[in-house]
Amino acid sequence: MAVNPARDLPRLAAVIGIGVFALLPMAKLPAFYDSFLYLVFFWISLSTSWTLLSGFAGYFSLGHAAFFGIGMYATAVLSAKFDVPFLLTLPVAAAIPALLAVGIGAVVFRLRRLRGELFALLTLAVTFVIATIVLNTPIDGGGGIVMSAVPLPAIMPTPTGSIYALGFVLCVGTLAIAWKVAHSRLGMGLFAIHDDEDVAEAKGVPTFRYKLSAFALSAGIAGAVGGVHAMYVGFLTVSGTFELTVPLYVVLMSVIGGSRSWFGPAIGAAFITTLLYAFISGGEAMIGRALVGVILIVAILWLPDGLVPALKKWLARRRPAIAKPAIVHVAPVVATARPLGERVLLQVRGAAKRFGGLQALAGVDLDVREGEILGLVGPNGSGKTTLINVISGFYPLSGGTITIDGAEIGHVPAHAIARRGVARTYQIPRPFVNMTVLDNVILAATFGGPPRRAADIRDEALHWIGFTGLAGKEDVLPAGLNLHERKFLELARALAAKPKLLLLDEVLSGLNPAEVDNAIRLVRAIRAQGATIVFVEHLMRAVIELSDRIAVLNEGKLFALGAPRDVMRDPRVVSIYLGKAYAA
Amino acid sequence: MPSVTLLGQALISGVLAGGLYGLLAMGLSLSWGLLRLVNLSHFALAFLAAYIVYELGTNYHVEPWWSAAMVVPAMFAIGAGQHWLFDRFKVNELGSLLMTFSFAVILEVAIQLYWTADFRRYETEYATRSLKVGPFYIPVLDLTLCIVAGALAWGTWLWLRQTYVGKALRAAAEDPEIAAAYGVNHKKLAYLLSGIGAAYAGVAGTFIALIATLAPAQIWTYLGVVFAVVIIGRLGNPLGALLAGMLIGASESLAQAVLSPAWSPIVSFSVLIVILLWDPEWL
Repeated sequence: MAVNPARDLPRLAAVIGIGVFALLPMAKLPAFYDSFLYLVFFWISLSTSWTLLSGFAGYFSLGHAAFFGIGMYATAVLSAKFDVPFLLTLPVAAAIPALLAVGIGAVVFRLRRLRGELFALLTLAVTFVIATIVLNTPIDGGGGIVMSAVPLPAIMPTPTGSIYALGFVLCVGTLAIAWKVAHSRLGMGLFAIHDDEDVAEAKGVPTFRYKLSAFALSAGIAGAVGGVHAMYVGFLTVSGTFELTVPLYVVLMSVIGGSRSWFGPAIGAAFITTLLYAFISGGEAMIGRALVGVILIVAILWLPDGLVPALKKWLARRRPAIAKPAIVHVAPVVATARPLGERVLLQVRGAAKRFGGLQALAGVDLDVREGEILGLVGPNGSGKTTLINVISGFYPLSGGTITIDGAEIGHVPAHAIARRGVARTYQIPRPFVNMTVLDNVILAATFGGPPRRAADIRDEALHWIGFTGLAGKEDVLPAGLNLHERKFLELARALAAKPKLLLLDEVLSGLNPAEVDNAIRLVRAIRAQGATIVFVEHLMRAVIELSDRIAVLNEGKLFALGAPRDVMRDPRVVSIYLGKAYAA
Repeated sequence: MPSVTLLGQALISGVLAGGLYGLLAMGLSLSWGLLRLVNLSHFALAFLAAYIVYELGTNYHVEPWWSAAMVVPAMFAIGAGQHWLFDRFKVNELGSLLMTFSFAVILEVAIQLYWTADFRRYETEYATRSLKVGPFYIPVLDLTLCIVAGALAWGTWLWLRQTYVGKALRAAAEDPEIAAAYGVNHKKLAYLLSGIGAAYAGVAGTFIALIATLAPAQIWTYLGVVFAVVIIGRLGNPLGALLAGMLIGASESLAQAVLSPAWSPIVSFSVLIVILLWDPEWL
């Protein structure tokens, strides 16, 4: 195998580093070193586990002390009161918090409005509730639990060395898990949830399951870390365990290091722990705390993304990337449209959607044939976008049925509908703002289309980027695109999912005439590739040029349906657009 | 089962104690609801005010009401100063939470360095006075607190609802850009509101000095309950904050009387969790 210094050097360094740290207790250093390094590992594990949900998916939890504390108490109770061997208690210490997280998540992740600070405060509240329960039940009973009688397995020559070794194993394991998650489908989905959860769901990310998995993983690791920590502290009290400083330090470390990066929290944790330890051992613990506060303020003001992303940006500037030749193979578009099939792809029957007192859809019947382009028009508030939203699963139906290829989808979650081959675009483009153009499209291809190899997905994504005319912008963040390009990014994402049915919501609005022509050509080319298209549009020129049939909605009902010229000459249709006086 | 008198007394003490929760929650609720800034240092500011009132009263024999007259404007200035940082660096909601946490830690350290970690008690003649209404005792200080809190909450509520400045603030909270297009000077108003929020911390601090025993670590004891109160009372609604504070205070006090004091923390958070999950229209 060829030696690749850029890749193999860090690996070699990692292996040597792990080896040296693993064998360090053999050197029988003074207990001070074991104990200090254990604390570094402890905070690395804890802050990295926090990042799995809160950093990656953006659901800030202030409840990490709850999971960590449950782990501590699980180990303490089992080993000190029931004489379970210490190592056997660790899986339990991980399992109970993980189950609790699943329980909490199963309830709270169903709430649509639960975002940001509400989740943070809810998890904080859970911490207080659990602390109160532990304090008032025989789990603790107010007296605390002493661990001194629990035998510690002699992994290393000294007891502190053994605890060190356990802490080290957890730390390496946690980092490995974080790396694995960050480079997997799960991680990709979590990053998308962080940027825009609704869009992630519409692109096929099973958001509920992913959040739940990340939450359980995060809580489980915190529990196991707590289990080992119970042995380290030796004496557990409720006030010392369910402390507010745990979640706050964890957040602090992750934010300073960079919470969207898998190793950012580790950097932050090592930095802060060393700093605090230096002050505590120097007898200036209070000053140390204040200094951490000052550092956090400075970090938020000048490095809002954290150290690691800031360093990466700095490195990228120092070492300008070698311009890679943008060779994009765009498959030639077969311009011959297939004859319209008679098969019905999308069938809408009596679709109704109510918002409180407002009847947005009042029983719509519509058949969309395979391979056709159906224009959806109607005055503002007639229910066009709502219809798109119920077909794509953003809203559940209040009544009626919607079927794709004969399968009912009216009450199926949006991500499952996306996987059945329905893709959509948004009127106001909603790209994932922290992902490059290429990553945006790769995400849609990964979750929307059939399972394939990562390399194939990448090639396909590049193909669609070229197809929509965005070649050369692969590594640009969406903020660097203009409106026209963002709309085309929307299209590229939708196409990468290889949809059977493509729902376009006002792709032309806000474009200038030349851009509109460009977009119309593109929509034709998309149909030529075999997709069925339903598009909402106000621009009549485009509707008439593109549509095979036009459906007119008015007041939540299907008002007219037919060939473009016939429908637009229908006096009833003219009257709902312009008022009765013009209908003649 | 405790007697009816005991329960009644618990209810009264609870509602009165809840007045402090409400008073602390009001400032937080205003800045969170109308400026989208979560100010964790609110509690530290209240304790700083309390320590200053204690210091002036114990060492210089200044009447607490005169101390308050000095401390409250000072807190207003600190609040406006904090807002300058938020504004200058365009700090978002989460950033404000982390930043003000840091402020709180720094203030806690400063307090501990000056006043030490020992418990401090401001002895005044007011502390022991109480009214007797039927079989119940009503501590005068707690009653004063509730009256002041009620007046402030109602006044602020009216101000937000009735005056141009209040309406402009609420409009700016909904959509700063549109409000600005209608000529609302959001930035100036935000300074005013931040100052008012911190000034309320000063008022709360004065009462904390009179009612409670002071220690630097106490800063964090109110955090959980008051946040629950802020959310239950609805963000940006001072009257709601006060009522929610009294509701939580009363339920805690009843829980203490019926169950045991150790169980009381569970009350406010259970109420909060239930309300968050129930997700009613008015939240």
